[in-house]
Amino acid sequence: MQRVKEKAIELLTSGAVDRVLGWRAGEFFYDLTPAVFTSAEEVEKDFVYSVFSGANLSKYLIAESRKGGKVAVFLKPCDSYSFVQLLKEHRIWRENVYAVGVQCGGMCDAEKLKEAGASGLTSVREDGETLIAETIYGEVCVEKDKALLGKCQVCKSKKIVCFDELIGEQGEEIPDNHRFDEVAKLEAMTAEERFAFWRGELSRCIRCNACRNVCPACSCEKCVFDNHDLGTDNKAAADSFEENMFHIIRAFHVASRCTDCGECSRVCPQHIPLHLLNRKFIKDINELYGEYQAGADFETKPPLMDFTKGDCEPSVVYERGGANA
Amino acid sequence: MQVNGEWRPTIVAFCCNWCSYAGADLSGTNRLNYPANVKIIRIPCSCRLNPLFILRAFQRGADGVILCGCHPGDCHYTTGNYYARRRMTLLFSMLDYLGIERERTRVEWVSAAEGAKFAATMNDFVATITKLGENRRLEDLRCKE
Repeated sequence: MQRVKEKAIELLTSGAVDRVLGWRAGEFFYDLTPAVFTSAEEVEKDFVYSVFSGANLSKYLIAESRKGGKVAVFLKPCDSYSFVQLLKEHRIWRENVYAVGVQCGGMCDAEKLKEAGASGLTSVREDGETLIAETIYGEVCVEKDKALLGKCQVCKSKKIVCFDELIGEQGEEIPDNHRFDEVAKLEAMTAEERFAFWRGELSRCIRCNACRNVCPACSCEKCVFDNHDLGTDNKAAADSFEENMFHIIRAFHVASRCTDCGECSRVCPQHIPLHLLNRKFIKDINELYGEYQAGADFETKPPLMDFTKGDCEPSVVYERGGANA
Repeated sequence: MQVNGEWRPTIVAFCCNWCSYAGADLSGTNRLNYPANVKIIRIPCSCRLNPLFILRAFQRGADGVILCGCHPGDCHYTTGNYYARRRMTLLFSMLDYLGIERERTRVEWVSAAEGAKFAATMNDFVATITKLGENRRLEDLRCKE
């Protein structure tokens, strides 16, 4: 963990890069937010890389790589998929980026730690598979598995797809990750149950747009939902229709480009399982058009920007699984 | 929509300018009947159909939405309907996943020569939606009369 910070300092002092994109603590030490550092002193003071560095930094490169000068970025395996996907879409200026791959052992959710009994956190350190949390009430040991972010519990890959330099070992894809289990569970319900489930989840949406703003695939200069005439800009004016519409369209707009980095669900203040929408699209694409992982390489076309003459007809939806078939 | 105290579904049909819209025309000139509650919207190609259009139609009171385009391989722009086919497959699957009745959306390929198929498709779709009843899951109460 310390090596990441040392690398940031080294890159800035040697003049190899002008800026470093990393994480700094917010209000609490576990509340890490992406930040840009311009000097070694700043890094020394504020840079943090810990088990709470879940934030995906690749989206910030869209703006940072255009500012002139070189910017270094730390990419965990799942962030590197987003990085490659954005490079494929020509959103990031590669020549201005120095990508440092960082191997990751799974990032943690402070809320889950608190649920596991560690409230009043003052510091957390890792000891193998255990997290030792110092709290104002004393020391609490929590199994790391229990405190992992939802997205890390079903980690799809430890492979860092694109980097200039690597900290730690290169990893492998994890094919047996069970990330579609929850989707399959929903698919097995009746339409009524599914509707009730999603109404319960989506009705909590406060239209804060955090999911959109954090999503590396949602990088349009002007978003369709920024249109005032659309009537979707705030919660006050919204009803159930707009909650449905916003999330259906958002998921659709990133379909086949979503790398399943899980940021949408991580940042949702209402804990709506938004990744289940994106994963449904990924699952469908895998089943209907062949296995596809966005951001895994530079060559393949996203399935929605491609076709074959023998594709299935949309009526396949009526025939496929589901209890109301 | 209430007609003489009886509920009739509102159907929005998005028709490709080059095939299905002409097919609808042909079914008219051939004096073939299809229900008057089908509202046709002409689009330049089936792939012009933005998924938002479908949701908007439901919001404004549609009970069913159907997309009609050229048969795959016959697109006026060569490949438009192939893209539309993938998009609609995924969108319909997503609507189904969210618990919205899967019968409410449909894609049908109707060529300019298939006036009879157009009428038959619309009759069948209207019958399906009539049986299914009013759209309750994707409605916007503010848009209701």
